[in-house]
Amino acid sequence: MNFTLKIWRQENAKAKGRFETYKVENISSDCSFLEMLDILNESLISNKIAHPVCFDNDCREGICGMCGLYINGRPHGNDDGVTTCQLHMRKFKDGETIWIEPWRAKAFPVIRDLVVDRTAYDKIIQAGGYVSVSTGGVPDANSILIAKDKADKAMDAAECIGCGACVAACKNASAMLFVSAKVSHLALLPQGKVEAANRVQKMVEKMDELGFGNCTNTYACEAECPKLIKRSNIARLNREWICARVGKEK
Amino acid sequence: MNTLDSKIPEGPLAQKWTNYKANQRLVNPANKRKLDVIVVGTGLAGASAAASLGAMGFNVDIFCISDSPRRAHSIAAQGGINAAKNYQNDGDSVGRLFYDTIKGGDYRAREANVYRLAEVSNNIIDQCVAQGVPFAREYSGLLDNRSFGGAQVSRTFYARGQTGQQLLLGAYGALSHQIARGTVKLHERHEMLDLVLVDGKARGIIARDLTNGQIKRFAAHAVVLATGGYGNIYFLSTNAMNSNGSAEWCCHKKGAYFANPCFVQIHPTCIPVHGDYQSKLTLMSESLRNDGRIWVPKKKEDVEALRKGTLKPTDIKEEDRDYYLERRYPAFGNLVPRDVASRAAKERCDAGYGVNNTGLAVFLDFSTAIKRLGRDVIEARYGNLFQMYEKITAVNPYETPMMIYPAIHYTMGGIWVDYELQTSIPGLFAAGEANFSDHGANRLGASALMQGLADGYFVLPYTLQNYLADEIYNDRVSPNTPEFEKAESEVRQRIDRLMSIKGTKTVDHFHKKLGNIMWDYVGMGRNAEGLQKGLTLINELEQEFWKDVQVIGTADSMNPELEKAIRLADYFELAKLMAKDAYHRNESCGGHFREEYQTEDGETLRNDNDYMYVAAWEYQGHNQDEILHKEPLVYQDIEIKQRNYK
Repeated sequence: MNFTLKIWRQENAKAKGRFETYKVENISSDCSFLEMLDILNESLISNKIAHPVCFDNDCREGICGMCGLYINGRPHGNDDGVTTCQLHMRKFKDGETIWIEPWRAKAFPVIRDLVVDRTAYDKIIQAGGYVSVSTGGVPDANSILIAKDKADKAMDAAECIGCGACVAACKNASAMLFVSAKVSHLALLPQGKVEAANRVQKMVEKMDELGFGNCTNTYACEAECPKLIKRSNIARLNREWICARVGKEK
Repeated sequence: MNTLDSKIPEGPLAQKWTNYKANQRLVNPANKRKLDVIVVGTGLAGASAAASLGAMGFNVDIFCISDSPRRAHSIAAQGGINAAKNYQNDGDSVGRLFYDTIKGGDYRAREANVYRLAEVSNNIIDQCVAQGVPFAREYSGLLDNRSFGGAQVSRTFYARGQTGQQLLLGAYGALSHQIARGTVKLHERHEMLDLVLVDGKARGIIARDLTNGQIKRFAAHAVVLATGGYGNIYFLSTNAMNSNGSAEWCCHKKGAYFANPCFVQIHPTCIPVHGDYQSKLTLMSESLRNDGRIWVPKKKEDVEALRKGTLKPTDIKEEDRDYYLERRYPAFGNLVPRDVASRAAKERCDAGYGVNNTGLAVFLDFSTAIKRLGRDVIEARYGNLFQMYEKITAVNPYETPMMIYPAIHYTMGGIWVDYELQTSIPGLFAAGEANFSDHGANRLGASALMQGLADGYFVLPYTLQNYLADEIYNDRVSPNTPEFEKAESEVRQRIDRLMSIKGTKTVDHFHKKLGNIMWDYVGMGRNAEGLQKGLTLINELEQEFWKDVQVIGTADSMNPELEKAIRLADYFELAKLMAKDAYHRNESCGGHFREEYQTEDGETLRNDNDYMYVAAWEYQGHNQDEILHKEPLVYQDIEIKQRNYK
């Protein structure tokens, strides 16, 4: 398969970015999207055309959340429930022109080319996205009973990989799906209930402070989430937040 | 001269850890605040160590090469984590988990460490549940378990097919908690490039900021290495792209002994290689072997027809299928340990029964289980794995058997550590996959997560404190000493040297070639002649690399090509050590299969008289023969047997 690639190039955070055009040829349909970029980079180096395109990636099996490209206007491209590394070229048409951009959000500044700074996510988690337990001194695991459906629901939310696709998909660059996934995961479990009210307020406050936008219920985040995290988590976040506020005023 | 002191505490096996803890030295809270610890790596071992040490009150600096601690490759572990809880009442115990791990490791692991691992395994599950890790539950609300290879009990706790992810997020949460408290400082997108020694003790590191190429110095009273394994030396492996062996290697060059480098695990259930552009291999969890049956056709004509595409696997009748693991190992069946399953797949494929175009694949079939349990149950257990398989191969495994083949997955070898997880350099500790201690010559499934968290949550907080008790008399370490200056300047010179070659071939070109040499000669089957040839080829390739590699771009900007080049330069040296270690070990054990040493049935043939020891290698300089130190393995409480899974 042959493709024309329009790739966002930007030397550093302060430099002005632009699209550059490259061509790749004889790509196997079984090739993953990132492997296609590997092939491009090898040819850019060998033929001394340009500095290879920088893009984040690590596990290449869809779980680490490191990769994330905005492909033809969609985070992680034109396949549902996959990360960029799990997207394969068989999902494209031979001869197609593919536009490749970094995540675009105020809270995710570009570092170079397609690499963005997502440390804002870590800061939101640091604001309270955990159970405040230190090592040792905890009860036997089976002394905490958790109904299977509750555990399953918590697991559904906990599957979030923190890739940032929800922010990239959202016209407001809101991080509500990400935040709600962690809030839900912990609020659904007895271990997380104790700090739930404090957690939700701290995390939402931090999210606002870091420049993420608000949720206006378009649900683009849900449509593009590679782990199919549901928007019902956002509803739960809102409920948790309101209950926490009401509780506070009492 | 044998300088290896493993510092195993006195007393009966079951009392050693208790005795150690009773006698270890402590540091009072006021002094803890004055002591600095560097932790390199944020996987299960690093994150759990840093979180625990931070909670205790030490000042911790933690480093990760990715943009967030949550990316560490522990996240990719799918199947589960072992613990001796015996919640299933099926005969499990600390002693049983200990025995299975020693036997699974083919009697090449240190008994006292493994016993401690089994002992603390139960605390890990308690800890993770308290953190809110959403382990699978039964309808009663109690924790669920499943089985893994090398065990006849169900002791594996799991969170769907994403156990590693959930455990790592638990540790990441604990780490984030400490970062918020200010006890831990996170340095993301930083790569350790050297270890700094002052008066023979580990006192800091040199790291490169990967966003802008800045070389920085960091000083501390002790350094913990938790940087994972070196499986990426094979280019194609199940490891993440950024996982690498350079932190281990720079410590080795500074005096940390490297133990059993040739012990590499080849995982039996990975998606087969399909093209030369491929960048990595994807693992299909071992848990699939609970319900999946592995087979190849009995008849060669069926194999031919499968390869031509004139026959579908589902067309092959039951009686024409060779369920070779069930045939060869009736007692353990599809749940034999990984090394045994991998070699059995290779044996069938070498005999010409491989089921895809390359001849390097076998089937993993769920039709029996789907018939028995229904599709819904299988989907609930393995849904995400099936989806992943379909996305990669465009084949639906609910309808057609999966194709699998062994791939490089884990390195049992690593930095030599004593019972305290301290390396041969005072003040340098190694945890998780980066050390060698617990898995011998083969790791059992669901034991990597257990070991990483055991080291970080429950071992280092004690042993590191024991070391730091002496350090309270020393002031904060300054990074402005001649030792730091020298280390930094050496790092700069090395980078300059790579940048100035300006050759014609890319880094990956060389890495792929090295990977092929390693797979062919230091891979699943090894022999003396092949290992010698491999060594020659590695040497030639290394020389060519230093003459002809092209590292494009600049050193003072984000430059993945430079990162890869630095790592590959170290891999050449490590590759030679692996080949030498494999050559010197004239026996087969676990993942180390020397073709000259096998039983009539093709199983590993150990030589306990001559090789029941840990081979710990001491660096002597580039292309100088390393010095071998032997740590004899003494088994007090276990009868040593030939492994038998029949």
